[in-house]
Amino acid sequence: MEDMRDAMLVGRNSEGKRVLRPTSPHLQVYRWKITMLQSILHRATGIALAVGAIVLVAWLFAAASAEPTFTFVQSLLGSWIGLAALFGFTVALFYHLAAGVRHLVWDTGWGFEKPEFNATSIWIFAFAGIASAFVWVIGFFLV
Amino acid sequence: MALETNQDTPQLRVMQSPLGRARGLGSGQSGASTWKFERITSVALVPLSLWFVYVVLHLSRADYATTRAFIGEKVHAVLFLALIVSLFPHLALGLRSVIEDYVRNDLKKFIYLFLVNAGCVLLALAAAISVIKLAI
Repeated sequence: MEDMRDAMLVGRNSEGKRVLRPTSPHLQVYRWKITMLQSILHRATGIALAVGAIVLVAWLFAAASAEPTFTFVQSLLGSWIGLAALFGFTVALFYHLAAGVRHLVWDTGWGFEKPEFNATSIWIFAFAGIASAFVWVIGFFLV
Repeated sequence: MALETNQDTPQLRVMQSPLGRARGLGSGQSGASTWKFERITSVALVPLSLWFVYVVLHLSRADYATTRAFIGEKVHAVLFLALIVSLFPHLALGLRSVIEDYVRNDLKKFIYLFLVNAGCVLLALAAAISVIKLAI
C-alpha cells in the first residue's frame, strides 16, 4: 500500500504479526435512521442546487443578453422538462434550507436528543413539502 | 483497500518519515475559518434564498424588458450580488467536502477541486457582470 491513510491502518496483533487494524463497519450494518437519510438528502439536494446555480447564471446571463437569447432560455425553463427541473430545484432548495437551519441549530448544541431530532426531521420534510407546494400554487394560479 | 497478494501481511511502502506522516495527516491549519465561513454564508443564504424565490415567482411570467428593469433596480441588483457572493463560495465549500470524501486519488482530487473552484469563480463573475450590466 502506498496511501498515507492506508498506512495508518497497519498495526501488529498480540503475536507481533503485522496486520491491518480493524475498521468500523460501514453503512449497511446499521439500521436506517431518519437522520442518516437526511444527511444523504442534504448532500444530494446541495449537489442538485449546484446545478440550479448554473441555471441561475444562465438566466441572469440571458437577461443581460439580447432578447432572442432571453426568450430562448425562458422557453427552455417554461417547457415541461424545464418546469419539472424548476420544481425539483424548489423542493431541493426548501429541503436544504430547512436542513441547513437545523445544522445551524445543531451548532448551538441543541437538538441531539432522540425526541428532538425526530421532531425536527419531520418539520424539515413538512416545511420542504408545504413551502414547495405553496410556491407552485402561487406560481400557477396567482402570478 | 488493496493488499499485496504475495504475502499475508500488509506491507508499508510509504517513503515518508513518521513526522512527515503525522504532519500530512494533521490539521490543515485553516479548518476553523473554513467552518466559520461555511456558517456565515449559510446564514446569509437563508434570507437571500427566500428573497430569490420571491423574485422568481414575481418574474415567472415577466417579459424581457420587465425582467431587465426588475433585476436592474438598485435594491434587487444589490441583493442579487449578495446572493452571488454568498452562494458560490458556499457551493464551492459544499462540493469540496463531497470531493474530499469520495475521491481518494490525490491527483484526481486536485483536478476536481480545481475545476469546481475555477467553475465557481467563472460562474460567479458571469452572474455578477450580468447583474451589474443591468443595474448601470
